[in-house]
Amino acid sequence: MVSSVVQALPVGILPEPLLRAESTGGKFLLMAFAVLLFAAIFGLVLFLASLFKGREGEKVQGFLFALPAIFLLAVGLLYPAILTIIQSLRGRSGEAGFSLDNYVQMFTQPELLTVLRNTALWVVLVPFLATAIGLLYAILIDRARGEAFAKALIFLPMAISMVGAGIIWKFVYQYKQTERPQIGLLNGVLKALGFETQQFLLDAPLNTLMLIVVMVWIQAGFAMTVLSAAIKAIPDDIIEAARLDGVSGFRMFRFITLPSIRSALVVVLTTIGIGTLKVFDIVRTMTAGQFDTSVVANEFYNQSFRYNAPGLGAALAVLLFILVVPIVTYNIVQMRKEA
Amino acid sequence: MALISTRRALAFSGVLAVALSATACGSGSDGGSGDTASSGGTSSIDCAPYTAFGDLKGKTVTVYTSITAPEDGPHIASYKPFEECTGVTIKYEGSKEFEAQLPVRVKGGNAPDIAYLPQPGLLKTMVATGAVKPAPAEVVANVDKNMPDFKEYGTVDGTFYAAALGANVKSFVWYSPSAFADKGYQIPKTWDELLALTDKISKDNPDAKPWCAGIESGDATGWPATDWVEDVMLRTAGPETYDKWVKHEIPFNDPSVATALAEVGKILKNPAYVNGGFGDVKTIASTSFQDAGQPILDGSCYMHRQASFYAANWPEGTKVAEDGDVWAFYLPSKTAEDRPVLGGGEFVAAFADRPEVKAFQTYLSSVEWANERAKTCGSGGCVTANKNADASLLKNPVDKLSAEQLTDANATFRFDGSDLMPGAVGAGTFWKGMTDWITGKDDASTLDYIEQSWPKS
Repeated sequence: MVSSVVQALPVGILPEPLLRAESTGGKFLLMAFAVLLFAAIFGLVLFLASLFKGREGEKVQGFLFALPAIFLLAVGLLYPAILTIIQSLRGRSGEAGFSLDNYVQMFTQPELLTVLRNTALWVVLVPFLATAIGLLYAILIDRARGEAFAKALIFLPMAISMVGAGIIWKFVYQYKQTERPQIGLLNGVLKALGFETQQFLLDAPLNTLMLIVVMVWIQAGFAMTVLSAAIKAIPDDIIEAARLDGVSGFRMFRFITLPSIRSALVVVLTTIGIGTLKVFDIVRTMTAGQFDTSVVANEFYNQSFRYNAPGLGAALAVLLFILVVPIVTYNIVQMRKEA
Repeated sequence: MALISTRRALAFSGVLAVALSATACGSGSDGGSGDTASSGGTSSIDCAPYTAFGDLKGKTVTVYTSITAPEDGPHIASYKPFEECTGVTIKYEGSKEFEAQLPVRVKGGNAPDIAYLPQPGLLKTMVATGAVKPAPAEVVANVDKNMPDFKEYGTVDGTFYAAALGANVKSFVWYSPSAFADKGYQIPKTWDELLALTDKISKDNPDAKPWCAGIESGDATGWPATDWVEDVMLRTAGPETYDKWVKHEIPFNDPSVATALAEVGKILKNPAYVNGGFGDVKTIASTSFQDAGQPILDGSCYMHRQASFYAANWPEGTKVAEDGDVWAFYLPSKTAEDRPVLGGGEFVAAFADRPEVKAFQTYLSSVEWANERAKTCGSGGCVTANKNADASLLKNPVDKLSAEQLTDANATFRFDGSDLMPGAVGAGTFWKGMTDWITGKDDASTLDYIEQSWPKS
C-alpha cells in the first residue's frame, strides 16, 4: 500500500507531459524545471539559514544545510534499504508471511553456497593481489627513469570500464580447437609453444581465478597510483636518518616505507575490497555466472529479475550489505585516526 | 557479430529476424525493412469489425515489445490498414530490456496498453500482478476461429488473456543439401534412421562430426539444450506425457524424462558425434548458439538442430533453400506418421481496456492482420499463429516450411516447455542444469537438481 502511494507521488507532482518528456522540447522543459526546482530549494534553505544568528544559530544553520542531503539519503537510500530488508524476510516472492526461508536457502542450497564460496575467493584474492602488485610496482619504478610512462602503462586499465575489460579478456581466453586458427591470445601462445589449447572459462574453480585476474588487472593501477604517491610523501629526513643508521633494502621497506604508508594501504585495500564485493559486470560479461562462477551481486540480479524470486534476491542484497558494512566502518575509523 | 541478440527474448521473436537476415544475406538487396514495408500499406481491409468499437479517431494505443529495429519496421507497417480504418495512432516501442523492464513499468503504474510477451510463463507472472485485462469477446471469437492450438497458452486459471501473434517452429535440423547429395545421405524419416545416419556419417568422415551444437547465450546459456530435451521428450514420451511434465504433474526426474535425456545424450554426449568444427563435448557449453551451426558450411559438421529463426544466422550470401547451401528437415519422430512439432511464439497482453485497445487486439487476432503481416514483411520471418492466414502470401522459403509444419493437419503442436514452466525452472535451473549436464554432470543428478528447484506452492 505504502509503496504504491510513493510510486504514485511523481505523477501527482509533475504534470503529465513533463513526467514522460518524450519530445526533445519536453526534455529541455523537464531539465529547466529541475534546475528551477533545485534553485528554489537552495534559495529557501539559504533564506531560512539567514534567519538564525549567533552561536546557537550556527547549529541550526548547519542542520538546515544538511537537511536536503539527509532527506535525499532517507528517500533514496534508507527507505529502499528498509524495504529490501523487509522483502528479504517475506519468502521467495517477497510478499508472503515473515520467515527466514530465504536466508536458510542461501546457506543450504549447493548452488548458492558455490556463489558464496566464489565471493569469498574474490574478496580474499583481489584486494591483496592488486595491492601487492601495485605496491611492488610502485617501489620498483620509484624514481626510476621513465617513471611516468611506466605508471601510465599499469594505470591505463583503470580507464576501461569493467564490461569493456570483460570483453577484452573474453577474447584473450577465447578457445578454438588446437588445429584451428586461434583468436584468443592465451591459447595462441599455448599453441605456439606446442601445448593443447585450453577452455579457461569452463572448469571450476580455475575459471573464477581467471576472472579474478581481470579485476586485479584493473585494480592494480589504482593501488599503484595511491601507494606511489604515499611513498613519495615520506619525508626525506626520515629516510636519510634510516640510511645513516645503516638500514637499506628489505629492512628499509619493512621498517620505514611500510609503516609510513600504512594508512594509504588500508584505504587501498578497503576500497578495492568494497569494489570486489560488488563485482557484477566482469562475471556477467564473461561467463554470465555459468559454470559455477556466479558471485553474490550477479546472483542477486538473476534471482530478482530473471527467476522471479525478488525475496531471495533481496536476501542476497542484504548479505552484500552486511559484508560491506564492516569494511566501510573500518575505513572510516582509520580515516578518523588520521585526521 | 550475431545478427540477433543473445537474449532469449529475441531468439523467440527471432522468427522476425529471419525476415531481415534473409534479405541481408540472400539478396543483399538492402536493410530496407522500411521500403518493402511501405508498399503494403495501401491494401484495404474490411473496416467494419473495428469501427464497431465506436469513433476512435485521434486515439492512441501504445505497444511495448522486445522486437526492436530493424525488425520492427515490417511490424509497424502491418498496422497501417487498421490505422487508416479507425484513425487510431499506434505508438510502437521496442526494447531489448523488455523482459526486465515490463514488470518494473507495470509495478510503477506506467504499463503500456499492449505488450507482446514472448513466453506464456511471463504472461502468468503479469496476470498475477492483476494488471492484465482479459481478452475482449471479439478476440476470443477470432482466436477460436483462427488459432485454437494456441488458446490454452494465452489462458491463465481458466481466463483467456492473450492471443498469439507470431509463431516459430523449433523441430528443425539444419543441413547442407549439397553435402548430403555428395555423400548420398537421405533425409531420415524416423528417429532410428536419424541415429543410423549419425553413425554412418561419423564412420564415413573421420575429419568431421555428424552434429554440431552450441548452447552459450549470455545469461540465457543452456536454452538450446532444453529445446533438444523438449523435442525428444515429445517423441519418446508423447504429447500427453509431455504436457504432464510441463505442468509438473509428473516430477522432473520421472523415468520418461530420463529416457528422453538419455536419448539426447546418445547424440550430444557422444564424442564421436559432436562437436563438429568446435572440439569435444564440453565445447557445446562454450559455443554460442549463433555460431553453433556454421561448421555445416565448411563441411566439418553435417547436422544442427535449431529453430526456424536460425535462418537469420547464416552469413551473407548463404542461400537458404531446398536446393541451396543450407536447408532444414523436420526432426523425425519414432515413426514417419507421428509428427509432433515443437514451437514458440509471442502473445498479445493488454493492460488497458479502452475501446481503441480492444479494437487493436481484435485486429491483431484477425486473418486480415496475418495476411497483412505476410504481405508487408517482404523478406520472410512472418509466420503467424493464425492458421487461416493465406500461406501463399509468404515468400521466404523458411517461412513456407514453418507454415507447413504449423498448419499440417497430422502434426501435433506443442509449445516450448521451458517457456511454460515457472521462470525459476524454465528460465533458470533447466538452463543451468543442462549446461552442467553438458560439462559433465550425469543424467540422474541433473534431473534431481532441476526437480528440487521446482517452486513449491
